[in-house]
Amino acid sequence: MKWLLFIPLGLFVGLVLFLAIGLRKDPHEVPSPLINKPAPAFQLPHLQEPTKTFSTEEMRGKVWLLNFWGSWCIACRDEHPLLVKYAESKILPIYGVDYKYANDNTDERAAARQFLEELGNPYTQTIYDADGRTSIDYGVYGAPESFLIDKNGVIRFKQIGPITEDVWNNKIVPLAKQLNQ
Amino acid sequence: MKRIHFIALLLICLVPAAPGKEAQPAEDPQIAQRMKNLTQQLRCLVCQNETLADSQADLAEDLRREIREQMKAGKTDQEILAYLTQRYGDFVLYKPPVKATTYLLWFGPFVVLLCGLLLLFQYLRRRKQLIPDIALTAEERKRAEQLLRT
Repeated sequence: MKWLLFIPLGLFVGLVLFLAIGLRKDPHEVPSPLINKPAPAFQLPHLQEPTKTFSTEEMRGKVWLLNFWGSWCIACRDEHPLLVKYAESKILPIYGVDYKYANDNTDERAAARQFLEELGNPYTQTIYDADGRTSIDYGVYGAPESFLIDKNGVIRFKQIGPITEDVWNNKIVPLAKQLNQ
Repeated sequence: MKRIHFIALLLICLVPAAPGKEAQPAEDPQIAQRMKNLTQQLRCLVCQNETLADSQADLAEDLRREIREQMKAGKTDQEILAYLTQRYGDFVLYKPPVKATTYLLWFGPFVVLLCGLLLLFQYLRRRKQLIPDIALTAEERKRAEQLLRT
């Protein structure tokens, strides 16, 4: 019956393992139910030219990155220089959605324009989501968030939080190349 | 001087808390009640340990507005929950649904309880076997009866 003495030790090791795994995970990364599902369709005005509209239908047959951001979002400011750099590499087009909370009374359109003038504009087109509804349709809760969308309009990858060099080089670019073949 | 400080401090404490952003005009009490029930079951994604009812995050406010509008449009609670889980996953629900991936979560504790009970019974039975069953002599029985009577 001596082996019974080792049960507490076994339980303890198990607990430590669970905690070790749990601590390495970011609780803010909620798995998106939208992966491998069609990207929600929308039609919204441009940020710079409100009379023009952008529709997801225009993107059929293209692999593209949809980036949700806002001038109020501090992490977006961190991510921005990388986006500008990646846009210049012309590996895949980046489209931006300027996310404005409906209850936010500031002039987000003007602030966002100034943001792009200051930090550079990586976006092929910048779309303005005036009431946050499209952003909600995409399940955005922690801007910046980016979606890699394939030729059939299906979401293949989602990055919550800023894109990093590692994510761009090792996840987005290889997947985009594969999807473009 | 100290007393003035104290009074000033007291006055600061007495200033009523600023009203929340959520100052809404009077609304249909039925919708208000449904809003309360539903948003208390939902998790705010920005501050994850708060319910959607309590959170002051911008996203939470937009989502409350969205839910309220859907209620006014005649959507059922089930439809609204489906709308949210389609976008944010089961994570928004404080009470996760019973399905293959959550069986361990729902039934795990009962399995552990059952194992514990089995072990306990096994232990008790073994213990019983350890105690020898010795028959009483006539004299001992008499004494025992006497003791029980008093």
